Amino acid sequence: MATTTAPPSVINAKLNGQDIQTKPGTLLINLTKELGIEVPAFCYYEGFSLQAACRMCLVQVNNSPKLLPGCTTIVTEGMVIETESPLVVEARKSMLEFLLVNHPLDCPVCDKGGECELQDMVFKYGAGESRFVDIKHHEPERPFSPVVYYDPARCILCYRCVRVCDEGYGVNALGVVNRGVLSEIAPNLGDQLNCDECGACIDICPVGALTSHTYRYKTRPWEMKHVGTTCAHCSNGCKTTLGVRNDEIMRANNRDASGLNEEFLCIKGRFGFDFNHHAERLQSPLMRVDGELQPVSWSKALAAVASKFNAVKSAGGKFGVVGSNHTSNEENYYLQKFARQGLGTNHLDHARTGDVVTLVDALSGKNGKLAVMADLYQTKAALVIGSDLAQQHPLLAYELRRNFRHHQARVYAMTPGPVREDSYAVAKARVPFGEELAALESWREALAKEPELLILFGDSIKGDAVRRLVDFGESLGIPVKYVALVDYANSRGAIDMGLVPELLPGYAASGQPGMTLPEMLADPKLDVLWVVGADPLAGAKLAGKPFVVVQDLFLTATAAAADVVFPAASAYEKKGTVTNVTGELQRLNAAVKTMGTKPDLEILGLLGKEMGLDLGIWIADAVLEEIRRNVRGYNVTMPILASGGAALTSPVNGRVNVASRPELIRSAGDTLFTSGTLTKYSQVLNSVPERPGQLYKPV
Amino acid sequence: MSLSLSATTEARWQKILDAYPEGRKRSAVIPMLIFAQDETGIITRELMEEIARRAEVEYLQVEEVVGFYSMLRKQPLGKYHVQVCTNISCMLAGGMELWQHACQSLHLGNKQTSKDGLISIEEVECMGACSWAPAIEVNYDFHHHVTPARFDEIIAEIKGKG
Ligand code: SF4
Ligand code: SF4
Ligand code: SF4
Ligand code: FES
Repeated sequence: MATTTAPPSVINAKLNGQDIQTKPGTLLINLTKELGIEVPAFCYYEGFSLQAACRMCLVQVNNSPKLLPGCTTIVTEGMVIETESPLVVEARKSMLEFLLVNHPLDCPVCDKGGECELQDMVFKYGAGESRFVDIKHHEPERPFSPVVYYDPARCILCYRCVRVCDEGYGVNALGVVNRGVLSEIAPNLGDQLNCDECGACIDICPVGALTSHTYRYKTRPWEMKHVGTTCAHCSNGCKTTLGVRNDEIMRANNRDASGLNEEFLCIKGRFGFDFNHHAERLQSPLMRVDGELQPVSWSKALAAVASKFNAVKSAGGKFGVVGSNHTSNEENYYLQKFARQGLGTNHLDHARTGDVVTLVDALSGKNGKLAVMADLYQTKAALVIGSDLAQQHPLLAYELRRNFRHHQARVYAMTPGPVREDSYAVAKARVPFGEELAALESWREALAKEPELLILFGDSIKGDAVRRLVDFGESLGIPVKYVALVDYANSRGAIDMGLVPELLPGYAASGQPGMTLPEMLADPKLDVLWVVGADPLAGAKLAGKPFVVVQDLFLTATAAAADVVFPAASAYEKKGTVTNVTGELQRLNAAVKTMGTKPDLEILGLLGKEMGLDLGIWIADAVLEEIRRNVRGYNVTMPILASGGAALTSPVNGRVNVASRPELIRSAGDTLFTSGTLTKYSQVLNSVPERPGQLYKPV
Repeated sequence: MSLSLSATTEARWQKILDAYPEGRKRSAVIPMLIFAQDETGIITRELMEEIARRAEVEYLQVEEVVGFYSMLRKQPLGKYHVQVCTNISCMLAGGMELWQHACQSLHLGNKQTSKDGLISIEEVECMGACSWAPAIEVNYDFHHHVTPARFDEIIAEIKGKG
């Protein structure tokens, strides 16, 4: 019988004269990183394929006459490694001298100046002088798209942009054309891009070769202050760091990889902040005088609304209160409290975009069934039902793809049309909305063989279909987790905070009747319609003639029909928390201020005070404390939240004794290039040629 | 699709495509380009698009390859493409003089083609024929120890064949 020797569990080597041990298969560059020894690198980028293009990471191994790239060399038994020998130091200097041969040295005007990896390396490793005296090869900079600009002269050909686009986003829109000194990055349409316009290539570029239209030549990095907050757009809840100068957001990125999205952002998170500075932002309260909306003072507008509310309340009139998918948990909590305790009404609703309620109910009594963001990257298998993730849930799509690249996750995609997951899915099926459950049976056998499963479903699965889907999942005999996909930054928080007639915060049944949003609009006897951060009249008409009060950033269709409009602060202008699609609670931080606006929470507080109500103080942190005490599942760990992390909320683990009203649930079907009412006010989203992208319209 | 290749080239394409497993057809891009260029003498956008489709890669990835390899060409060259090596071994053995002779005798510059489209010349880097320097290559045929006189003979033979 042949004897087999077990593979070694530890590798012994020598690094700069020190004996060290490491795991088999460790890349030299990662070993040095663990030990706190810097080996400079341009093309090596954790998480992406190895390129060995830049030769910055050369190190000396076992006195080998040739230096080896640390980024592709695996540490083996007995290896003797030198990272600071004279030869290595000389090599680094030479590599930098080469890189600078045609580099324009326009640091004084370059966007990257001050945070450029090439600058830092030359500063640290030398090549202060050049032996190259010829004329530098130069090519002019050019736009690849309304978002992405390329300056070939600055490019050091590290391939980072090519890899992040292909491997990370699955778009594969960039390539390297020509050869030698003429090599440069090229976009997929010859001279233009057709892509996600996410800007990841810009952020990952170590130098100033790729720049963004929104930021280029506008500021120096050190002139900005940086504020970490949560993206204002979709439900995925990416952490974004806003660069702010003179009360203006200059850029958004997440280069410190600090959030649950690490460095990921889509076009909306990275560039779609521009709605914030749109010229049509409301900056003064408006009141209808002689049939026209006219600017008035805050005190006048508050007094008018308060007296109207008090009059209707004492006359036993009918209020309808509409909340938002964008406002913070604190605002949503305070609003429902205002409606229920302050106005004594249970006519309270918002635009529901996914059936979280039935899912929570169907999973009652079972633990750990609601997936968190980290599960997308870790699950061994995932089933996507009825959603084009790359368009509608960009971070989820990115994490799933990353999981496939790093752990070979097995993905099953059941969607009405082609989706990006098709390219690596183990199974794909084209199934119209509403027919998924029947079609799933054909995958039963395959799915039951998976060690575990993560099921993501869109708004085509709602009401009883959610229960049947859970039955299906639970009958597979394997651990299954679920995500009910919802649309916007705080869609999940709106339902968690009880912005519906049938539920109080924390999924407790309200036990009170109350009108839903369509019922309010259709009620001819409605006395007051109060809309906070929503636009229900965009495609609908009012049956009656209620007094309409609106809080919003812009003069939406609803605001235009209002009697009083309060100018609200945006998500980037206030404190608070939002809950993402996977139930993780994150902070909003005030980065800028728009003159004349107030956060919705403050407007609610002032209005309550004006009415003589006692609803508690309207400071975000205080309301969060109240939520942590009163809302089941929200008693999260504060340090996680305070340090900019995502704290997991856990909805009630018992029956939710209400009907979920599936007929009211409908996703807006936003794509990468739309974001509900904000779309209109983002210049960037309206400028890219890919707009409007593919879009599934649920029937 | 208006691109039409001979049955022979189609067969060569198919054979190389079949040699790679599903999802790994990118490796067939270079041979496919060469086979097609052998027939058409030039690489067009249409051809690159077709190869991208068949090898299941992005058009840009074919463009990358064509831009990188100098033997893949987007400009037409002569029916007989005469490549003269001036890399170190050939240069030491008279490759440079041979190249100058080629230019002067044919009144052509690097990568230029005669008016009748018959002959083009190119100064190339090492072709791996150092032991027989100086060497030239006419299409795929090597000629070793080439002197200016021998060069003229080779050209005369080409002209004779037409
Ligand atoms: S913007 Fe995004 S999708 Fe477009 S080329 Fe850059 S990385 Fe690729
Ligand atoms: S554009 Fe930037 S990221 Fe892309 S290869 Fe050039 S230097 Fe690297
Ligand atoms: S995926 Fe969603 S949360 Fe993340 S950046 Fe895009 S819009 Fe914002
Ligand atoms: S980091 Fe190793 S070659 Fe670029």
